[in-house]
Amino acid sequence: MSELLSAPYLLEYTYSRSPGPVIGRFLESLRYRVLEGVKTGDGRVLCPPLEYDESGESTTGEFVELRPAGTVRSWSWVHEPRPAHPMDRPFAWALIQIDGADNAMVHIVDAGASERMKTGMRVRLRWSEAREGTIRDIACFEPVAPYMPGPVRLEYQVYPGKHYSAYLRGLQAGKLIGGRCPDSGKVYVPPRGASPTGGKPTDEYVEVADRGVLTTFTVVRIPFEGQKLKPPYCFGAILLDASDLPIYHLISGVPYDQIRMGMRVKAKWKPKEEWGPSLENILYFEPTGEPDAPFDAYAEHL
Amino acid sequence: MREIAIVAFAQLPSVPIRAAADEAELVQPVTSEAMSKVGLTQDDIGFTCSGSTDYLIGRPFSFVAAVDGLKAWPPIRESHVEMDGAFALYEAWVRLLHGDIDTALVFSFGKCSLGPVPDILNAQNDPYYVQPLGLDAISAAALQAQALIDAGKASERDFAEVAVRSRTNARNNPNAHLHGELSVEAVLEEPYLSSPLRRSLCSPRSDAAAAVVLAAGDTARRLVKRPAWITGIDHRTEPHSLGQRDLTTSTSAKLAAKKAGVGNAPVDIAELHAPFAPQEIILVEAIGLGDDVQVNPSGGALAANSIMTAGLLRFGEAAQRVLDGEADRAVAHATSGACLQQNLVGVIEASHG
Repeated sequence: MSELLSAPYLLEYTYSRSPGPVIGRFLESLRYRVLEGVKTGDGRVLCPPLEYDESGESTTGEFVELRPAGTVRSWSWVHEPRPAHPMDRPFAWALIQIDGADNAMVHIVDAGASERMKTGMRVRLRWSEAREGTIRDIACFEPVAPYMPGPVRLEYQVYPGKHYSAYLRGLQAGKLIGGRCPDSGKVYVPPRGASPTGGKPTDEYVEVADRGVLTTFTVVRIPFEGQKLKPPYCFGAILLDASDLPIYHLISGVPYDQIRMGMRVKAKWKPKEEWGPSLENILYFEPTGEPDAPFDAYAEHL
Repeated sequence: MREIAIVAFAQLPSVPIRAAADEAELVQPVTSEAMSKVGLTQDDIGFTCSGSTDYLIGRPFSFVAAVDGLKAWPPIRESHVEMDGAFALYEAWVRLLHGDIDTALVFSFGKCSLGPVPDILNAQNDPYYVQPLGLDAISAAALQAQALIDAGKASERDFAEVAVRSRTNARNNPNAHLHGELSVEAVLEEPYLSSPLRRSLCSPRSDAAAAVVLAAGDTARRLVKRPAWITGIDHRTEPHSLGQRDLTTSTSAKLAAKKAGVGNAPVDIAELHAPFAPQEIILVEAIGLGDDVQVNPSGGALAANSIMTAGLLRFGEAAQRVLDGEADRAVAHATSGACLQQNLVGVIEASHG
């Protein structure tokens, strides 16, 4: 069989359209940055306006100006825009109910990330530079945050106190320092100004191991304001060997579905040259590979 | 009302590209096969009607060229709808009700391989408010899918389950475009095209053609042992504007199903034209199909979607099961327009009345 022939082919219709008195009025108003709806016979408002409502009744021809804002009724996030799309970076298609209207408009939302999109969210209209009397005189809609900025910024000088200073100096030297209660003999990390059971300072400092038992943990999967780490990550309570109160730190170096209570873990330290007076000297705790501690061994520390 | 049946069905397998066939070369094989199955030729046909869209091929009046695939001399009675072939079947059914002719030939063809189909389908959107924005078909269906999720009517997992069942059913359909292994987990790991739609929740783009022969009363009984009687058929349309419809349900499909009499007796199988998986969930609920009804045993449009042919394939696949004795009562459905704007529902039965 002979080779099949093929060639590129472009189809264009260079028609112009006469939009008429209803749609034409709406589109013309866009040139003046005015958003209008049309009233129906039964008192509803359609935006974008139509000549007839869904029951076939002629709309009244009475136009009302609307706030250029609305509510998202459905949406779809487009990660890779197509050439024909009105935006060349990721955006959302949306059905937007303009404030004061009873129907919804198909348009797009410039939200930056799909996580900012939600049905029911408030959006405001952004006008295009162009004034051509088409629906694209509306460049897009953009999210309206449901809150106003309210930042607080106050500068302090903090002093960690005698016992906490001992703890931080220990960390500076790569050591974990605890304080022993003179009455009960229990060791608290960091040392405390008052033992919770005896009420006296835990003045006897002891160095505890940088390893211990994971008593409990949680895997954080949700993002929140001010979050420093990218979810998912695991946060756990570690009872260091020869201490009596767990410290809290990140658990890593192991798949999240293999993390369990009783797991033996050890500190993963930063390189020594990066150490400061901070628990951040320890990046996270990771499994030692030793057998798990029995539940009874740490039950009283949960 | 006059008894009218589907007596023959033929299709070209749905494939990604059928480069060697122009309109006539798509039409001739299926129309001649359908007619020869019941020993007819074009001279025996009272009315011929086709469904297709010129935009798919990018050639104005391509439906006129398709007549070259028929024997049209001496001149024949012929009509065309710029819609899926299922709507041409509806016109042919109406034409047969006139009572002056006893047979009709219905065909459709669709080549999705030639152009940018999701963008081409923007041509059916509102020319003032939506077309200038470039709303592609996948994004329009995605707005409907997200509305379904927000209404609590279905989850992304439900969508994936529809896609998986479609592929599994399509294993038994040699004419399907896609078939074989697909897991819910694999679907849920696919990236979004337009969220929440992923690749496997959208139909493939296929090249295919289909033809059906309709016959009335005793002519149908003479041509086949077990005619697939169309005992009810109804077509309903909703407003064009997406912003004026509740996209989470299909009032038009529900009404068409009621008028066609779907609920009058148990249904064995249903062939539903849902180019996007979430739409099948909407249709099953709207048409009122119970858990005992086998939906899309052929794999449906998610397994083979030659646009303008996929709806006629639903009627053909449903009728073939009745003709073959595999089903006694079947439902066939076709849709047109963005987000299930138009819906045609037919009931096809082995016995009439």
